[in-house]
Amino acid sequence: MKFNIKKIAPQLLTLLFVILVFGFFSYNAQLNMENRGIDFGYGFLSQESSFDVQFSLIEYDGSHSYFRAYLVGLLNTILVSVIGIILATIIGVIVGIARLSSNYLIKNTAAFYVEFFRNIPLLLQIFFWYFAALRALPLPQDTESIMGVFYLTIKGLFIPAFIWENFNIFLYSLIAAAVSIVVIKNYARRKQENEGKQIPVFLISIGLLLILPLLSFLIGGVSLSFEIPVLKKLAKTSYIYEGGVGIPPELIALTLALSLYTATFIAECVRAGIQGVGKGQKEAAASIGLNPNQILKLVVMPQALRIIIPPTTNQYLNLTKNSSLAAAIAYPDLVLVFAGTALMQTGKAIEIVSITMLTYLSLSLSISVLMNWYNKKIAIKEK
Amino acid sequence: MNNINFLKPDKSNLNLFLILGLSLVFISIFDVFLSSFFKINATGFLPTSVSFLLPLIIGFIGLHFIRIEYSGIRRLDEINKNFNNNNFNAVLSLLIIFIIIKSIPPVLSWTVIDANISGNSKEACTGEGACWTYIKVWLRRFIYGLYPNEEQWRINLSFISLLALGSVGYFATEKFKKYLTLYYVVIYPIIAFLFIFFFISGGPVFFDFSYGIIASVVAIIIGFFVPNKFKLYYFCFVPLAVYLSLNLFILPEEYVELGKLEGLNWVETGAWGGLALTFIVSFFCLIFCFPVGMALALGRRSELPFIKYASVVFIEFWRGVPLITVLFMSSVMFPMFLPEDFFLDKLVRVIIAISLFEAAYVAEVIRGGLQALPRGQYDAAKSLGMGYWKMHIFVILPQALKLVIPGIANTFLALVKDTPLILVVGLLEIAGMLQMAKTNPKWLGYSMEGYVFAAVVFWIICYAMSKYSYNLEEKYKTER
Repeated sequence: MKFNIKKIAPQLLTLLFVILVFGFFSYNAQLNMENRGIDFGYGFLSQESSFDVQFSLIEYDGSHSYFRAYLVGLLNTILVSVIGIILATIIGVIVGIARLSSNYLIKNTAAFYVEFFRNIPLLLQIFFWYFAALRALPLPQDTESIMGVFYLTIKGLFIPAFIWENFNIFLYSLIAAAVSIVVIKNYARRKQENEGKQIPVFLISIGLLLILPLLSFLIGGVSLSFEIPVLKKLAKTSYIYEGGVGIPPELIALTLALSLYTATFIAECVRAGIQGVGKGQKEAAASIGLNPNQILKLVVMPQALRIIIPPTTNQYLNLTKNSSLAAAIAYPDLVLVFAGTALMQTGKAIEIVSITMLTYLSLSLSISVLMNWYNKKIAIKEK
Repeated sequence: MNNINFLKPDKSNLNLFLILGLSLVFISIFDVFLSSFFKINATGFLPTSVSFLLPLIIGFIGLHFIRIEYSGIRRLDEINKNFNNNNFNAVLSLLIIFIIIKSIPPVLSWTVIDANISGNSKEACTGEGACWTYIKVWLRRFIYGLYPNEEQWRINLSFISLLALGSVGYFATEKFKKYLTLYYVVIYPIIAFLFIFFFISGGPVFFDFSYGIIASVVAIIIGFFVPNKFKLYYFCFVPLAVYLSLNLFILPEEYVELGKLEGLNWVETGAWGGLALTFIVSFFCLIFCFPVGMALALGRRSELPFIKYASVVFIEFWRGVPLITVLFMSSVMFPMFLPEDFFLDKLVRVIIAISLFEAAYVAEVIRGGLQALPRGQYDAAKSLGMGYWKMHIFVILPQALKLVIPGIANTFLALVKDTPLILVVGLLEIAGMLQMAKTNPKWLGYSMEGYVFAAVVFWIICYAMSKYSYNLEEKYKTER
């Protein structure tokens, strides 16, 4: 092997630099912690946390451990990201298609929406929804209900809770419906490839999705009842709704801002994707006798999706990372609960910040792995 | 006279359909207009739901009547093509028109008609609308933060002179154009730093380690004139020399004091804020993140495995974490990593953190440009006998950067939009000042005005930037 100094020297220099920086930092950290009497370690995770969290998906109070607090924060982050991603995708796809509409008014309204929400910092939008828009809502005792069951108040949105009996049977029926739909879809594709006959898969799927859960209600002993929120007096002038599910205003503000902001970027991706499909493709599809619906479903969308998905994945990642802005309006997400409250109480800066960063890193990586898998699945298969 | 089929309007009864349809559309819009501007409900005698939907139904029928293909009237054909080509579009067009008409009066009355701007206290705001007095009173705070009022000329002076120095590129003659890159990448940032440090914060021009910085800049510039053969060895010794000069040539305290101006008081960075801080942070991050990002992009494309994987890890790490945790790290965790007697200002730490964060994004954008260049460009440059650096500086980077102008502009836009986040570590730029003004007991309840003001300011900055990047893209577009 030829010894090439031009190749070895730069690498050695970089290595030296990296080692120096890391060594310098860890040496200082050790010294500083010794001086301040802090010891390094993750043992604090099992200690009692003794702080409360406003909103949590799992049972939690001050007597639980710091690890449980971490889980509460993580679940809240995931909750807001999932709702945000779903809403942003729906709005983004609609606006993206609207931007290509032949209707002058629709096209420009969509363009106005995109330019407006894209150019205002997300933090300001969250503040606007939380401190200005949602604070203008009425107090619980003055609220008029929406359709008799929803109450939108300054203290959040109160919706009826579902009370299930034999929920698992209902779940099984849904799974059964999903499995049979996949089977029918495969069967229909094979039939079309072999005999050229088409089966109305979409109608059958909707029917299955409706009928099987309905059967579970009729035969399986599943029953569903609602618990409607009721106004309750706490003190002389303080009221709150009890029963049902209360969605805190922080969550509403955060999901609204995140989805409206991210939807503008998704809309641009969708528009670019649809425009990226050549005109010839549509003309060719029309010339072999496909109708407009089929052209969209069989020719345009499969090709557009290939262009749309990679940048949209990036937007999903951004949304997940941006959900950490929750800390600014005190929505108890990972950053607020763990890197905020827990850090203040324990003073374990290095451990807690590193755990938080690693968590976000693995969240991002898992989303990108998932979307890469999907992207690979729909990519052109060259023979 | 032909039979009139109202379900299928056609050309034979053009005038009848036109008059009928246009008058119906006009009536529907007029009804909404009346109820919106004059609060007159012309159809109040009907049940609520019917009178609510009536304009939509009337307008829809009207639009259906005037949807006549090839009518021969150019205006009508254009309207049909752009607003009214099928039932679905007709309903959507009507809805959008109605929503616009409905939303004009409340918006107008809130922002202009019922709004107040006179006076200097909360008592001046009596109307139902916005209280622009609040913005007027707090304007200095929103722009300059907590910077003392009588010292604010220093910020103005610095920004104006920096703007003037920054626009030198437009007036440079052909002869000096080739030095522009050097000017913008090396000299201008140093001047900008001196301005900020000397004028805005009131520090000395020379501080104890300024020799080290000057030495390293000079060393890098000399490096470009060293013959290729010795360049590698030369650059191996540069860090050592800089380290030595940093340690050996410490300016004595008396000389540091000499560099201070009498009239300029020291203003701590804690007092900086508002829009000025937004500009300072985004300006420095923009300057620092670009070279770092370029180096990382080249590193990721390098054939040397260690450099390549170090860059990949670095980039993916910063891209995977949210900015807010990076800021937390810079404010809480980073001081633990520094020697105890070494104090780094919070603002400096934040600028370093944001720069590294954005550098990872810039690196990915530039890498896209590098990958898009055909191999032939590399081969051609190599066959001319160019080395790695010459090839990249004169052939590859100019083309690659041209390709990624939109991407880089988007990253910078994201950077500007991310600056309000520094409020979580206690630096009060414009969003932070809003939060502070909101909790002032004298001015409770005007958060809406504040957010509208900040949103307008940011919107103008960001929109101008995106339009400028679009122009830049058009200007540098080359046929390939």
